[in-house]
Amino acid sequence: MSPPDTGDRPPGAAAGPSSQSGLAAALTPVLTVAVSLLGLCLLWGLAARAWPSRAFPGPGQVWQVLLAEAANGDLFYHLGATLGRVAAAYVVAMVVGSVIGVLLGSHRSADRFFAPWVVLFLNIPALVVIVLAYIWFGLNEAAAIGAVAVNKIPNVVVTMREGARALDPSYAEMAAVYRFGLLDRIRHVLLPQLQPYLAAASRSGIALIWKIVLVVELLGRSNGVGFQIYLYFQLFDVAAILAYTLAFVAVMLVIELLVVQPVERHATRWRRRPA
Amino acid sequence: MQPVGAAVPLRVDIAEKTFRSAQGVSITALQDLSFEVRQGEFACLLGPSGCGKTTTLRILLGLDKDFSGSFQLPEGGSDRIAAVFQEPVLLPWRTVEQNVRLALPKSLRTKNLDGLFDTLGLAGMRSLYPAELSLGLARRAALARAFATEPAVLFLDEPFASLDERTAERLRHLLLTVWSARPTTALMVTHNLREALMLSDRIIVLAQRPAHVLGMFDVRLPRHYRNPQVMSDLLRSFQQKFPGVA
Repeated sequence: MSPPDTGDRPPGAAAGPSSQSGLAAALTPVLTVAVSLLGLCLLWGLAARAWPSRAFPGPGQVWQVLLAEAANGDLFYHLGATLGRVAAAYVVAMVVGSVIGVLLGSHRSADRFFAPWVVLFLNIPALVVIVLAYIWFGLNEAAAIGAVAVNKIPNVVVTMREGARALDPSYAEMAAVYRFGLLDRIRHVLLPQLQPYLAAASRSGIALIWKIVLVVELLGRSNGVGFQIYLYFQLFDVAAILAYTLAFVAVMLVIELLVVQPVERHATRWRRRPA
Repeated sequence: MQPVGAAVPLRVDIAEKTFRSAQGVSITALQDLSFEVRQGEFACLLGPSGCGKTTTLRILLGLDKDFSGSFQLPEGGSDRIAAVFQEPVLLPWRTVEQNVRLALPKSLRTKNLDGLFDTLGLAGMRSLYPAELSLGLARRAALARAFATEPAVLFLDEPFASLDERTAERLRHLLLTVWSARPTTALMVTHNLREALMLSDRIIVLAQRPAHVLGMFDVRLPRHYRNPQVMSDLLRSFQQKFPGVA
């Protein structure tokens, strides 16, 4: 592979500096994140040592609680319950919000009529929607998931409306001339054009949804991370509160790395190869 | 190769097409535009730019329904239409081959396209994305898509505009090759007289806006006789018949 050695380079360097620097470039961000998180833990540990209090446990104590909760199975049961609600609310919000957003974005008169509704729903506090949903529909799973979805839908609508406004009509015209079927139009013409907007709505959506799910669980469910946090709030057990919070944040991080990013890479594969 | 349609011509009879601007100003783009393209004939719609050629094509493609008048598309074999637009309009997120196959009716989705891709010089590029193609190659892919559908009528809207002359010339020859293999009723919009003389059986000359037919110019000579000498003779006789056009 390498050209005949001229002799003025050490043998290691002849192997190809590009592959070495490539590996380093790939590792640097991971290392940076690891060092950064370690630094945060260290700072937290030092602070906990400086101000010792039951209300401010150090990272070691939180880790112990985490292990105990994992060992007796509670952690996974409650994480699972919350994750299920997050997933359900996410799917409902994305589907309903996308359909409404695309319709508003492609029908100007409908948009003019419904735009005030969107603004209204955008500004209703999450707590009000949750309380009303529980009063009207009872303390059940459907009311909980519906309330979370209703909180998220206006955001999705606004993003997807922008996406629909940015659709290129020439693709739709090509599809009309060549008589694409409805499913082909959605799958091959509409969704790929909306992909950046879907990705943006998903990203901001997941983060918002899981925070609202905790409130929903706190107010009217008997399992889930939100319920556990409320329980330990009454016991003033800060270590357990932090343990559950960090566990769920970790789960969301894993989902981001193992699901969201690969899906996004697949969806934009046609973009990355240079011309 | 296959029998293509019955002897129904492409018949166009547009009484009027008017655009209304947001300020309420109305512009008549087409008025009393009527012509016919015979079965299996390659016709060119020639006219100054901005005279309403593309508007006519959009009406025939069914993309603009706000006009008065009527038109009849050739029928038979298939009732499908195909179009090559001013821009290639390939879906950037699908490969060249997927772009072509998506345009096919379900019954033809799996048909063998090797011959077509070979003729158009796209054999090695079926799995590339449109962003990886040059403009000339993207236009070849657009041609492949149009011909793969085996349409009853083919519309081309200045398909070789914005290409350098050498590439355009090569593509014109490729177009003739694939068209000759399966002569389809075709209507091509162009403002390039040489291109029209080289490709078509009949040139429909349009007047300035509002567009209507100024006259017809039939090129009866088989295409392989149209060498540079003959072309300049054709050019001269065209200019005698239509002084001041092009």
